[in-house]
Amino acid sequence: MLSSLRSRLIVIALLTFGSIYFLFPRTVELRVRGPDGVMHDDTVTRVPLKRGLDLQGGMHLALELDQSKQVSADPKRDLDLALTVLRKRIDEFGVEEPLVQKAGDSRIVVELAGITEPARAKAIVQRSAFLEFRITNKTNALDKTLPAMDRTLRSLGIKGDTGKGKPSAVEQLLGRDSAKKADTTAKADSAKADTSRRTGAAAAKTGAKPGAKPPGKDSVSADSARATDIGGVLAGLIQPAAQVAGSATPGEYAVPETAFPRVDSLINIPAVARQLPRGVVLRWAASPISLGAQSYRLLYALDDRPIVTGSNLEDAQATIDQLTQGAIVTFQLDRAGGRKFSDETGRHVGDYMAILLDGRVQGRPPVIQSRIGRNGQITLGNKSLQEAQDLALTLKAGALPIPLKIVEERQVGATLGSDSIRDGITAGIVGTALVILIMLVFYRMSGVLAVAALALYILFTLGGLSMIDATLTLPGLAGIVLSVGIAVDANVLIFERIREELLHGKTVRLAVDEGFKHAMNAIVDSNVSTVLTALFLFQFGTGPVKGFAVTLIMGIIASMITAVFVTRTFFMIWLQRRPTMSTLSI
Amino acid sequence: MLRLFAHANYDFIRVRRYAYAVTALFMLPGLLLLLVRGLNYSIEFTGGTLIQVQSKRPVDVAAVRSGLDREGIHGAEIQNFGTANEFVVRARVAKPGTDANDTQATANAVHQALATVLGPDNFTILRTEAVGPKVGGELRTKAFLAIFLSFFAVLAYLAFRFEWRFGLAAVIATAHDIVTTIAFIAMLHLEVSLTVVAAVLSMVGYSLNDTIIIFDRVRENLKKHKKESFEQILNRSINETLPRSVLTHGTTLSSLLALTIFGGEVIRPFALVMFFGVFTGTFSSIYIASPVLMAIEKRWPGQLARGHLTSAAPPPAPAPSASRKTAQVG
Repeated sequence: MLSSLRSRLIVIALLTFGSIYFLFPRTVELRVRGPDGVMHDDTVTRVPLKRGLDLQGGMHLALELDQSKQVSADPKRDLDLALTVLRKRIDEFGVEEPLVQKAGDSRIVVELAGITEPARAKAIVQRSAFLEFRITNKTNALDKTLPAMDRTLRSLGIKGDTGKGKPSAVEQLLGRDSAKKADTTAKADSAKADTSRRTGAAAAKTGAKPGAKPPGKDSVSADSARATDIGGVLAGLIQPAAQVAGSATPGEYAVPETAFPRVDSLINIPAVARQLPRGVVLRWAASPISLGAQSYRLLYALDDRPIVTGSNLEDAQATIDQLTQGAIVTFQLDRAGGRKFSDETGRHVGDYMAILLDGRVQGRPPVIQSRIGRNGQITLGNKSLQEAQDLALTLKAGALPIPLKIVEERQVGATLGSDSIRDGITAGIVGTALVILIMLVFYRMSGVLAVAALALYILFTLGGLSMIDATLTLPGLAGIVLSVGIAVDANVLIFERIREELLHGKTVRLAVDEGFKHAMNAIVDSNVSTVLTALFLFQFGTGPVKGFAVTLIMGIIASMITAVFVTRTFFMIWLQRRPTMSTLSI
Repeated sequence: MLRLFAHANYDFIRVRRYAYAVTALFMLPGLLLLLVRGLNYSIEFTGGTLIQVQSKRPVDVAAVRSGLDREGIHGAEIQNFGTANEFVVRARVAKPGTDANDTQATANAVHQALATVLGPDNFTILRTEAVGPKVGGELRTKAFLAIFLSFFAVLAYLAFRFEWRFGLAAVIATAHDIVTTIAFIAMLHLEVSLTVVAAVLSMVGYSLNDTIIIFDRVRENLKKHKKESFEQILNRSINETLPRSVLTHGTTLSSLLALTIFGGEVIRPFALVMFFGVFTGTFSSIYIASPVLMAIEKRWPGQLARGHLTSAAPPPAPAPSASRKTAQVG
C-alpha cells in the first residue's frame, strides 16, 4: 500500500503539514494579573512548544508537611487539603500556566514559570494564613503562674542570670521562625486599635490590677534587671504591659525584644508550659513595638478557644484606607461565621479581642465595643498594597492545615534561561552545519537527499514534541543537537550498505533495495535499545532530564521515519526520474 | 566515491590483549582517583544549596568565604563560572541548628552573606538550587535505578532479538563503558549531576548501538561465510562496518564539539561525557564486545557459531591463545 510513490508522498506531506501545524504560533488564553491587581483573562500569540523552567526562568518548589511544630493526625488528608489551598493561592497569584501537583504520597510540587519575585512567591506558598480571633485572658493567669514556672525552671537547673546562655535547638528554631514571620507577615493592626489606644489612659486603673496582687517575693518589677536578680528568670523578663506602657488590655505582657527568643524557648519547655492553667494559651505579637526608649515584644495570654477562625472567611480584599492612606485588608465572614462572631462579640462587650495570623497577634487587641457582624478589617500599618493583596489572597484561599517546608528549590533567572536558549541554538546551528558538510562531502547527491531528510527530521521532532505538549528543557535542547549527529546514522548505515552492494556488482536499483532491506535490522535494534534507556531516564529523571528523555525518544521516532521512509521515497523518485542510471552518486 | 576504510582488513581481534592493556591503563588511575578523591557529586545528590551569582564587580572570593563563615556556612565551595563576574556558591552543609530538609534557612543565610559582602544591589542571582538531603538521597537512588534497570532491560531485549550470548557480550561491553566513563569523570573531577547521569545513559545507548551494528553483521556473516573461523568472522564484520562507524562517530562528534564549545557552562559536562562516550563506545564494541562474544561462544557454543569454532585452520590467531583468552574472560 505504501509501495506506490504517490501514497508515500502523501504521507510525507501529511507529516510535514502536521508538524508545521503544531509549531505554528497560536493564540492561547492566559490568566494574568493586571496592573490593578485583579486577575483577568488575556490572550497571547506564541509558538506552542513549551519551554522548561531552566529555559524561560522560573521556580520549582517541592514542599512537604512541616511537622516539627504541629503533628498531623492524617498526613494524607492534610496534604490533599494543602494542595487545594495552594492551587487557589497560585491561581490568584497570577502566573502563566502554573503547575501545582502532588508528587508521591508526601510531597507537593509547585512550578511557576517566568516569575520575577521568587521571595514573594515563596512567602505566598509557605504562609499558613491561619486567621483566628481570641479573647484576651482577664484572670491574670500568667501573673499567677510565673512563680510556678520559675520554680520548674530552677528544678530543671535553668538559672536566670545568663541572659545569653547556650541557645537550645528550640530557641534557634523558634527564633529563626519568628524572624522569618516578622519579614513575611504583615504587621496587622486591628480596626479598632485606635479606639483601644484612646481608651488606654482611662483604663490604666484596670491595667494596674495585675500588679496589685504580686505573688510573694517574685514580685514583678518595672526594672527587669533587678527583677532578674531577686526573682525567677521569667518573672524578671515578663512584665504586665500595664506597668511598662500603661496598657489597658488584660492579659498583655511586655518582654524586652532582646530577651524574646530566650523567653520563647523557656515558655515552650513542656514542663513549664504545663504550669499554665487550663483554657489559657500564650501567643506572641507579630512584631516588636517601641515603648519609650526600649523595644519590646508583647506576649498575650489568650483564651484557648478562638471565637471564630479563618475557615469562616468568605472574602478578603486589599484596599487603601482613605483616612490613613495605609493598606488594609477587609474581610467578610460567611453566614455561619457571622452569626458566631456576632454572638461571641455580643457576649464579650468590653473585653479585648486579639486577631491572630499564623499564631501571632496582629497589632494591639482592640476592645469590643458592641456586637460585630460579618465584616471586619485588618489594618496593616506601613505595609505596601502588594503585601496587603498577598495577605488577602492567602486568607481567601484558606489556611494550610499544617505548615509546609520547602525540601527542594530550583530557580533560574530569566536572563540565564535566554542565554541558555541562545547558546543551545548556536550549538545546534554549528553542529548541524558540520553534519551537513560531512554528509555532502561523503555522499554527494545521496548526501543531499539525506540532508533534506535531516531537515524534515528536525521539523518532525519539534512538531512531535509540540504535539504531545512536551516541555523543552536545556538538556532537551542538547539532546536535539546531539540527535542531529546521531540521526544521520541510519542514513549512513543504509548508504554504506548500498555502497557494499554496488561493490558486489549489483545494479543500482537492486543495490538500493538491498541496502535498505539489510540495514533495517541494525537500525531497528539499535533504536529500540536507545528508546529503552531513554524510557528509564524518563521514569527516574527530574524535570530537565525528563525533557531530555522525551526529546531523545521523539528524535528516534522521527529519525526512523525520515531515514527509512522519507529517504527511501527520495531514492524512489530519483531512480524513477533516471531509470537508466548505472552509477549512483553515493 | 569518497569512502574511508573502504577495504579495510585490520586484524582487530589479534591485538585485543594490547587493547585490554590500554583500557586497564586508562581505568586504573581514574579508579584510584575515585577511591582517593571520590566523585564530585552535585548538590542534587548530596543535598545543599547552590547559588549562581552575577556580580557587578569582580569578586573577592576570600571575602565571600569569610562572609559565609560569619553566617555559619562553613566549607562552602566558591567557583568562577564562565566569566570573571559570575560565580557559583555551593554550600553542602546546612546552617547549623536548622533542619537540613527545610532548605530555606541555609539558602537565606547564603543570600544574607552575599548581600553583606557584595552589597545588596550589586549582584543578581541567576540560579538557585536548594535540595534537602532527603530529596538528594531519593535522586541518588533514582539515578542508580535508572542506570541499573536500563541495563537489564537492554540485556533482555538483546537476548530476545539475538540470543543471550550476544546480549551478555553487549552488556559486558556496556559495563566496561560505564566504568571507563566513571574513571574519566573522576580524572577530570567533573561534577556528577543528573544531566551527567543522563549523558552516561545516552552514552550507554550510543555504545550499544555500535555494538549491535557489529553483532548484526556478525550474525549475518556467520550464515554467509560458513568456512571462516569465528575470529575471522569477527574481524570481517568489524572491518565491513568500519566506514559506517567512522562516519557516524564523525557526525556525532561534530555535534558534540559544537555543544562543548557553544552550548554553555551548564551543558558542557554533559557534552564532555558524551564526547568521551563516543570513543569508549567505539573502542568497547570492537575490543570488548567482540572478544567477549568469542569467549562466550567458545565456552557455550551457540547454534550459529558452532561450525565456525571447530574450523581446522584458523590462520590469524593460534587456537591456544584463544582458549587462554576464554579462561580469562569467562
